[in-house]
Amino acid sequence: MTGLLAKLRRIRALTLKETRQILRDPSSIAIGVVFPLMMILLFGYGLSLDVTRVSVAVVDEDASSDSASLIGAFQLSPYFHVTMVHSMIEAERLVMNRKADGALLIPSDFTRRWHSGEAEVQILVNGTDANQARIMQAYAQGPVGQWSAIHAGASPSAGPVIVVDRMWFNESSDSHYFLVPGLIVLVMTIIGAFLTAMVVAREWERGTLEALFVTPMRAGEFLVSKFLPYFGLGMIGFVLCLMAGQFLFHVPLRGSLWLLCLASTIYLLVALGIGLLVSTLVKSQFLASQLAMLLTFLPAMMLSGFLYDLRSMPAFIRGITYALPARYAVALMQTLYLAGDVGSVVWPNLGVLAAMAAGLIVATRLATRKQLS
Amino acid sequence: MSSSFLRILALIRKEFLAVLKDPRSRFIIFLPPILQCMIFGYAASFDLSSTPYAVLNLDNSTASTDLLSRLDGSGVFRRQANLYSPKDISAWIDSSRALLVIRIDQDFERRLLAGETAQVEVIADGRNSNTAGTALGYLESAVDDFNSDWRSKHNQPDPPIRIVVRSWYNPNLDSRWSMIPSLIGTLTMMGTLMLTALSVAREREQGTFDQLLVTPFRPFEIMVGKAVPNMVIGLSQSTTILLVAQFWFHIPFVGSLFVLYAGLGLFLLAAVGLGLFVSSIAMTMQQAMLYAFLLVMPFALLSGLTTPISSMPAFLQSAMVINPLRYALDLTKRVYLEDAGFSQLFPDFLPLTIIGVVTLSGAAWLFSRRLA
Repeated sequence: MTGLLAKLRRIRALTLKETRQILRDPSSIAIGVVFPLMMILLFGYGLSLDVTRVSVAVVDEDASSDSASLIGAFQLSPYFHVTMVHSMIEAERLVMNRKADGALLIPSDFTRRWHSGEAEVQILVNGTDANQARIMQAYAQGPVGQWSAIHAGASPSAGPVIVVDRMWFNESSDSHYFLVPGLIVLVMTIIGAFLTAMVVAREWERGTLEALFVTPMRAGEFLVSKFLPYFGLGMIGFVLCLMAGQFLFHVPLRGSLWLLCLASTIYLLVALGIGLLVSTLVKSQFLASQLAMLLTFLPAMMLSGFLYDLRSMPAFIRGITYALPARYAVALMQTLYLAGDVGSVVWPNLGVLAAMAAGLIVATRLATRKQLS
Repeated sequence: MSSSFLRILALIRKEFLAVLKDPRSRFIIFLPPILQCMIFGYAASFDLSSTPYAVLNLDNSTASTDLLSRLDGSGVFRRQANLYSPKDISAWIDSSRALLVIRIDQDFERRLLAGETAQVEVIADGRNSNTAGTALGYLESAVDDFNSDWRSKHNQPDPPIRIVVRSWYNPNLDSRWSMIPSLIGTLTMMGTLMLTALSVAREREQGTFDQLLVTPFRPFEIMVGKAVPNMVIGLSQSTTILLVAQFWFHIPFVGSLFVLYAGLGLFLLAAVGLGLFVSSIAMTMQQAMLYAFLLVMPFALLSGLTTPISSMPAFLQSAMVINPLRYALDLTKRVYLEDAGFSQLFPDFLPLTIIGVVTLSGAAWLFSRRLA
């Protein structure tokens, strides 16, 4: 009984020391509070995949009243800013100098072919930014379709088959809906893995850990006291993201809050586990931070299904993603936020994360003990 | 003058040794750029392939089968199941087994033959609305193909204007062609800025910085001695990525290497300047690392790498004037794909030079102030 009390007292003392260290170091606060806020603002207001206004160089080789009114349709469109030029060479020069994003060519036989029902216009996009080029291509359908509808007197887009689509979980296709769940994962990854990896590696580097090991402190107690303060810091980040989702971006939380908290807690344990394990193994701040970055942050950003679709990746990359905790966390967060408590998604993903957390904690414990001997 | 030069040379040599003598840190300097380049190259694409979908085909006619076989043959979609009841739809979407469920009603072919408009109803999993939107776009274009074939087979007029799309500099509009040249700047900056920020902080933490200060080195010489090795390491990282882009991903380099390296040199000057600036503020390695991260993160996200700068809010656009990476991305892509020359790239070269000069002299000033 007294042994247990002494144990608790030691943990309390070391946790207190660690917490003070966090509070006194401006960089810990920066990563715990400023980083989540910065990411919330960047993702909420800075990043947008919409191309607002495309500036297009127009070459009118036809120079007829028909081509003039087609150009008029582009000028009226809110998506285009039209610059008239005389030749394609001039248009390409504008594109190369970034004075225009693309070009529209109305060929000299436009009017003639329009009357025989087979007119053609050319859109030239700048493939240096493939994404933007594709968006411009899609925008161009608007004015051309409108113009031809008015001039042919037919309804604009009614083909034989039309697609009626419904986007479930996000009817208005608001990108905040998938950014906020992903953001939670990113923030916890950075606090859990990156910050912790540096902190523990520093103790190894400076030799303060060895000093600690000559005290009655046990490896397990040491780990608990490292876990607790950073766990708290991670949870602050989580709550900030949660609040931003609720009050700033109005992302619906369709699943249960307790499951969301449980999932975040388990993922944070995984991230902390990676941070502690990496720093225990390499014992150098530089290496630990680079490894933590490589193993946790980049995968959470790129290989988690947060931004890029996992199913479209080549098989060997997809294989790698199964070893990375972030993919399970992103699937969980997106589902809990937007689809609700879907058992077939929640339990398997939660199970894998829990197993990873347990495995990492055991591995860290073993690694720390081995260093002691 | 010559003794100053010799001192700088000695410091540069020491700096290289400090970074490269540990095999683990040699590894961590060159492995991540290659690994990241591979991963970004294969994974960071908004293009879709083998997107799982399910079908509720209540029509089972020639027309509906033809439409669906177009989807199956496109390479973009992979049919996971044929459903028989609308009740099954939500199970497939909820569990993420299908990104799209396509529903074709039983009067589909009858309406088409009667010259009426037939509907294809699609339900998309909007948990990642971006991916879902892209998939819907692919579906629309498959339906467009179907429509124009149907029209020509049934003697209906084609839509009056055809839009022919050509693409400059990237004939197949492959997003990898845009992404990978952008990585030259992005990965180099992540590596170099952090490495530089740590180089002074490490000495400070280990106490060797004080030793350096009692030597005849002037602050300016220390700056140069710290900047040059990191720039060289940065340039070799850039070169590694350039080689991967050309020889692994086979993206043709059409520009001039001279222009590219001139641009990269200026960019590294700016990146190293920022790194030294951070390290002159940081007291410990942890601080240097975290501050550098807090700087690199927004720079990378707001550089135009993933989303266009022109769609950012005005205040962020003006804040990004100080972001060296946005100029580096612009110039590497344009030299790589468009063969842009100095005159076109002047708007990138000038700000990079200014950022480099301001940050380096700012860092030198902060160092000498710390000494006093």
